[in-house]
Amino acid sequence: MDPHAPLTGGSRALRVGIGGPVGSGKTALVAALCRALGAQLRLAVVTNDIYTTEDADFLLRNGVLPAERIRAVETGCCPHTAIRDDISANLDAVEDLESSLGPLDLVLLESGGDNLTATFSKGLIDQQIFVVDVSGGDKVPRKGGPGVTTADLLVINKTDLAPLVGADLSVMDRDARARRGDLPTVFLSLAEDRGATPVADWIRGLVAARAAG
Amino acid sequence: MSLATLLLLADGRLPSGGHAHSAGLEAQVTAGRVRSVADLDGFLRGKLATGGLVSAAFAAAACADATRWADLDAGLDARTPSPALRRASRAQGRALLRAGRAMWPVAGVGREPHQPVALGALAAAAGLSPGQAAVAAAHGAITGPASAAVRLLGLDPYRVHALLARLAPECDRIAEVAASRSGDAVDRLPASGAPLLDIGAEYHATWEVRLFAS
Repeated sequence: MDPHAPLTGGSRALRVGIGGPVGSGKTALVAALCRALGAQLRLAVVTNDIYTTEDADFLLRNGVLPAERIRAVETGCCPHTAIRDDISANLDAVEDLESSLGPLDLVLLESGGDNLTATFSKGLIDQQIFVVDVSGGDKVPRKGGPGVTTADLLVINKTDLAPLVGADLSVMDRDARARRGDLPTVFLSLAEDRGATPVADWIRGLVAARAAG
Repeated sequence: MSLATLLLLADGRLPSGGHAHSAGLEAQVTAGRVRSVADLDGFLRGKLATGGLVSAAFAAAACADATRWADLDAGLDARTPSPALRRASRAQGRALLRAGRAMWPVAGVGREPHQPVALGALAAAAGLSPGQAAVAAAHGAITGPASAAVRLLGLDPYRVHALLARLAPECDRIAEVAASRSGDAVDRLPASGAPLLDIGAEYHATWEVRLFAS
C-alpha cells in the first residue's frame, strides 16, 4: 500500500487552518478553541512558528492540551511556504498525530505570523480562518489580500481595544462585507470571551456537517 | 530518460520539505564560521566533497538496483553518526517520497528512507539513470544550503548563484565519480564525513530558537 496515499474525506479529521499577521491573536484563539472544544471533540494542534516552538510552548504552559496532542513544525524562515507551497512537513505532522493518537475529529493548524497574503493550500486544510485585529487599524479589511478576501471565516479580534486605537468596527464590518461577499466575518474579544464562542460554534457546525456526510 | 523530468526532480520548488533544512549551515552561521559568499564557497565545496559525494553515490546505487534499498539505507545510518542528522535525512526522504509518489509510482521503499535512497528510488521510477540521480543529489547538496544562506545571512542572491554556477563543473565531476561507484558493495561506497557538521547538528537540535529544522 502507498504509505502516502491521501486519506479519504470521511476517515480523517477535519483540518482547519488558522492564519493571520503577527500578533493578531492566532495562538490565543487556538488556546480558546482548545478550551471550548477539547472536552467534546478529539482534537490536536499543529503549530508553525517562524523560528521556535514558542506557540506550542504557550499552549502547553496554559495547559489547554496535553503535549502529545501538539506538534510544532519548523519552517526555515518561510512560514507561508510551509502552509502553501511545500506542505509536506505539516502533512507529516498531521499524519503522525493521527497515527499516534488514533482517529481525531479536528486538527487545528496554526500558521506562523505572516502578512495579508498568507493562505493555506487546499492540499493541507479543509477550511481556513484568517485572524486580523483592530489595533492594526480599521483599514485592514479594505486593503483585502487573499487572507481577508478568501478565508472561509474572517475573525476581527481584540474588539475591546477598538476605542483605544480609534478603530471604527462598523467601517471594518462594511469593508469586510464588500471584500468577502457571502463569506462570514465575526468580531471577537478574547479578553471578554475566553471560549471564542462564535468561532467555536462555526467549527462545531463544520464538524457536524462532516459527520452527517 | 527525459531531461525535463530530471529538472523537475532537481527543482528547488519541488514540494519535498527541503526549504526547512539548512544542511547544517545554520549552526555554522551562528558559530560565526560562515559570514560571507567566500565562506559559503568553502562550506559548499566541503559539502560536495563529503555529504554530496555520499548522497550522490547512494542515490545512484538506489536508482540502479531496487533490491539494495534496505542495505543502502542501513549503509547511510552507519555513515551518519549524528542522530539529529539521521532524523533530518529520514524526514526529507519521507517528504521527497510524498512529492514523488504524486508524480510517479514507487513501491517497496518504505515510508521514511534516508533522503538519497528516496531520491534514487524516485529517479528509477521516473525512468532516469543512476548518473542523473547522482547529479540531482549533488546539485541538491549545494543548492539547499545556498538558499538557506540567502535567508540566514542576507547574502546577495546574484552572487550566491554566481557561486553555484562556478561549482557546477565540480558538481558534475562528483556525480560522475559517485555514479561510477554505484555498483560497489555498500561497505565500499563513499563514506566521507564532516565531524564539525555532525557536532553542529547535535548542538543545533538543542537550541530553543532556530530558523531551520536542521
